[in-house]
Amino acid sequence: MPDPTSSPTLTVDSAAPNPAPNPAPNEASNETLGRFNFLAVIGRIILAFFQQVGRLSMFTASAVSHCVRPPFFPRQLLGQMVEIGYYSLPVVGLTTIFSGMVLALQSYTGFARFSAEGAVATVVVISITRELGPVLAGLMVAGRVGAAMAAEVGTMRVTEQIDALTTLSTNPMKYLVVPRLVAACLMLPCLVLVGDVIGVYGGYLIGVNKLDFNAASYIQNTWDYLETLDVVSGLVKAAVFGFLIALMGCYMGYNSRGGAQGVGVSVRNAVVSASILILISNYMITELFFAQ
Amino acid sequence: MSASPPKIALSGVKKRFGRKVVLDGIDLEVAPRESVVIIGGSGTGKSVTLKCVLGLLKPDAGSIKVDGEEVVGLGDRARERINTKFGMLFQSAALFDSLTVWENVAFGLIQGHKMARRKAREKAIEKLAQVGLGADVADLSPSELSGGMQKRVGLARAIADDPEIIFFDEPTTGLDPIMADVINDLIVKCVKEVGATALSITHDIASARKIGDRIAMLYHGKLIWVGPAATVLDSGNPYVDQFVHGRADGPIQMELRG
Repeated sequence: MPDPTSSPTLTVDSAAPNPAPNPAPNEASNETLGRFNFLAVIGRIILAFFQQVGRLSMFTASAVSHCVRPPFFPRQLLGQMVEIGYYSLPVVGLTTIFSGMVLALQSYTGFARFSAEGAVATVVVISITRELGPVLAGLMVAGRVGAAMAAEVGTMRVTEQIDALTTLSTNPMKYLVVPRLVAACLMLPCLVLVGDVIGVYGGYLIGVNKLDFNAASYIQNTWDYLETLDVVSGLVKAAVFGFLIALMGCYMGYNSRGGAQGVGVSVRNAVVSASILILISNYMITELFFAQ
Repeated sequence: MSASPPKIALSGVKKRFGRKVVLDGIDLEVAPRESVVIIGGSGTGKSVTLKCVLGLLKPDAGSIKVDGEEVVGLGDRARERINTKFGMLFQSAALFDSLTVWENVAFGLIQGHKMARRKAREKAIEKLAQVGLGADVADLSPSELSGGMQKRVGLARAIADDPEIIFFDEPTTGLDPIMADVINDLIVKCVKEVGATALSITHDIASARKIGDRIAMLYHGKLIWVGPAATVLDSGNPYVDQFVHGRADGPIQMELRG
């Protein structure tokens, strides 16, 4: 550290001569660059984007191919299933129950204007099973599990633990990535199924206790208009979301650079990219299932 | 060297990152049961050399042979097979913090050699004893250990499956001088007991002289000096002289910007 009393003069001194010595070449290069700078920036961004897409595709292909090739690590898989499935239950349960409750309240307000209050139960169950259950659970799990994966794998990368795995003749893709991918694909549908039930129950609570529906007819309405496809499409979404969450968590963690800051960046990127991919793929799967 | 074929042979190994040439043609042979130490300043490519041999990085050119078998460009399976010959002590120990100490030591035995967990635990405790740690640390988590103890556990893990070749990446960095010497002694003892070939990298001259039979100096991507460990202090090479005596003035200029 420089002496605090001398630092003001230092900064003035060092700042002043910088632009002074050779203004001419600087200006000239700026001018020629200026014309191309804009294009160069766009080019660089696009190249970086495709580089990332390429890397991610290679990573995905490698991860998926390792899923079907032994050796497998059942102990790791079980651990991840407990971590992703069991420990996410409270988060998913809370999210869906309040979503179901608010959905009942809001749709009641809307339908009352058309005297169609009877549709509340149907709207709640269809919205929860088709959309809100998988999407909200996916986003919550992306924050909870995706971030944890990126942080854990990223820390293992920057502390050379992934290199250590390789030197111990253990493929890190098989040991770290595959169990997380498979566990997330299996557990997310389970979570969403539980979340569906809890969300519908949330709607039921509000419907019966606050909006004075008859309990039996609320349940009747719920069942009558629910189709298998509603639930199945939600579960397919959940599996895809699980895959995306684990993939982004592992990919970002696996490619972490630098120390704590690098891991922080990976965690942020994992959560943001997983969330965005969930919303995009949600639209595409919906289109696939329900577009007429 | 001797008539027996070299355990590890590097010839013309080159590696660059972008425009920066890190390794510019490395030639080095390590005989069976010999211990070679590569010394050199920070950023001269010591770690890169090691990572190339381990297969963590792929050299741009040149050949690396282990037991006469070319290992550059091997597939996953073949690489795993080659890596079973290796043990490695990382600079930061790189212990798996999600596992206990004994599971760390036994990792290669359980995953690589498919040993039963109970038997692997016994072997792990035996190896921990070999590096001077009691059975009471076996069930601790690595984060509960001091730096010196973590290095010992790392060493125990490196020698757990009696590897033919052990790599040491800066084994004494970050340790106090006494602990560093203890680790050096342990390395010499363990390498002898296991009967392994050793390749180490360090910038600690005391450590290099203690654990190495031969020392090689890496500078600007080339090995500029290779000789017996005993002669490193009076090698007659101005670069080596400057490095081993730690002088700021001399032919080596510190690159502050890479």
